[in-house]
Amino acid sequence: MIKLRIIDADGNEYETQTDIGGNLMTVATDNLIPGIDAECGGACSCATCHVYINDPKQLQLLGEKSDIEQMLLDCLETKGENSRLACQVNLTDKQDGLVVHIAPQT
Amino acid sequence: MAHSPIVAIGASHASVQLAASLRQAGYCGDLVIVGAEPHLPYNRPPLSKTLLTQQVSFDKTLLRQQSFYDQHNIQLKLGARVKSISRKSNQVTLDSDETIAYSKLVIATGADPIMLNLPGEQLEGIGYLRNYDDTQTLIPSIEEGKSAVVVGGGYIGLETAAALRKAGMIVTVVEGMERVLQRVTSPEISAFYTNAHVTRGVNIVTNAQAVEFVGQHRVEAVKCSNGESYPADVVVIGVGVRPNTGLAADAGLNVTNGINIDEFGRTDDPDIFAIGDCTNFPCHFTNTRMRLESVPNAVEQAKSAAAYICGEELPYRALPWFWSDQYDIKLQIAGINTGFDDIVILGNREDEQFSAWYFAGDRLLAVDAINSTKDFIKAKQLLSEGQSICKQALKQDNHKSHG
Ligand SMILES: Cc1cc2nc3c(=O)[nH]c(=O)nc-3n(C[C@H](O)[C@H](O)[C@H](O)COP(=O)(O)OP(=O)(O)OC[C@H]3O[C@@H](n4cnc5c(N)ncnc54)[C@H](O)[C@@H]3O)c2cc1C
Ligand code: FES
Repeated sequence: MIKLRIIDADGNEYETQTDIGGNLMTVATDNLIPGIDAECGGACSCATCHVYINDPKQLQLLGEKSDIEQMLLDCLETKGENSRLACQVNLTDKQDGLVVHIAPQT
Repeated sequence: MAHSPIVAIGASHASVQLAASLRQAGYCGDLVIVGAEPHLPYNRPPLSKTLLTQQVSFDKTLLRQQSFYDQHNIQLKLGARVKSISRKSNQVTLDSDETIAYSKLVIATGADPIMLNLPGEQLEGIGYLRNYDDTQTLIPSIEEGKSAVVVGGGYIGLETAAALRKAGMIVTVVEGMERVLQRVTSPEISAFYTNAHVTRGVNIVTNAQAVEFVGQHRVEAVKCSNGESYPADVVVIGVGVRPNTGLAADAGLNVTNGINIDEFGRTDDPDIFAIGDCTNFPCHFTNTRMRLESVPNAVEQAKSAAAYICGEELPYRALPWFWSDQYDIKLQIAGINTGFDDIVILGNREDEQFSAWYFAGDRLLAVDAINSTKDFIKAKQLLSEGQSICKQALKQDNHKSHG
């Protein structure tokens, strides 16, 4: 079990616990956290699971983005250096304490 | 009846989104989902992409974890089939003869494969591909170096061919029509996919209908209408689906190629809604009624129905979109190209990176983006907002960058 803190675009905070092995998108949808539409169900096709990881160390621990994820992110006006697609973020025990901000809907 | 639960029939993309949206909107009454499959609801698209060749494990494809249903008090009745709906008494009857009363009923029964029913179809190694259990039937026959025949060159057939090829099989696709993807896309895109498969070693045969499966216990070959016979250790059939409308029709609801609904998911019974692959709905973009087989369609219809049940009007007006993954080729489609009379191609087909912009007159209808996510997102935005784009400028742009 790892702990995550997710903050939605309106500033509401959610403390969640989850098993490792899943991805960040499903944690958000399992907890009915608004702002993660996940229209493609994690197929890296829709860019509706956009989040920010503000802490550079935590961001680095998530590893490299795939080319497709990068391409999708590049299409978003709200993209930043700290952007990730939640469905492409796999959760291991290194992610304990991860703080996630959900990007505003475009 | 006010205290009876909301009942959904079918436990998949549409009804899971319905349940999530109902809880998100504050509905706190009882909620029951009855599903014929014995498994927790899962993501169906990976079936033909990664599940068949075991590149992903089943638990990674679950739509939600068990804890989601527990935490939000969503009762799942899995491995249970609804056999009838009684509109007089507002209840459904299951195969086990158990009855469940409903305050609102949501039909999300999806679609089932069209069966060929050809001679030899009962042979081992032959299967359809709609459910997780279908993959379990097929997987033992998938082996590197052996032969596979895919019957049907639609998106699911081609995805299956790509997956089997990647798994090292010798793959033949037999398609009854003149070209693959004939029912769903333009000749340009069909030609592109044919070429993409052929260069990766897949044999594509068109104008050929399967007529018989040959073998003793196991399938050994597929005989086709062109007189040829193709060796097969495994056969995957994907020739389209039919919406599961039987329950609705038996209950006297309006059904025409799908259960007829409006943009709130309402059927002609005020207590019954229908969502997802089983519906025929008015499309906001084409101004026609249609039926779609796509996850975004199921999810968006579910949101509209949930909102309406909770007293809020959120008509289904999201732009239809779809994707398909084959090899390293990602296709994303925005809009519906039915009725197009002109295509502008941006980018380069040889590089497997381009987009096809479909127009009727000067009006943009749809875009097929191949490894061109930027074009897809741009098109989705334009089409969603009802904006067009200047066809001439688009053509000139293309000349500038590629001329
Ligand atoms: C191999 C494959 C690949 C696909 N790829 C893509 C893709 O890349 N992108 C995309 O957008 N879409 C894709 N699709 C389509 C997508 O999966 C469907 O649009 C989606 O599953 C529709 O969801 P649904 O909830 O309406 O119905 P379904 O997912 O069909 O679920 C209906 C459920 O209802 C159950 N049911 C039926 N009758 C009863 C009954 N009487 N009682 C109880 N339960 C019942 C069925 O067993 C089934 O589990 C693919 C489909 C397949 C099969
Ligand atoms: S859920 Fe679609 S890209 Fe992440």
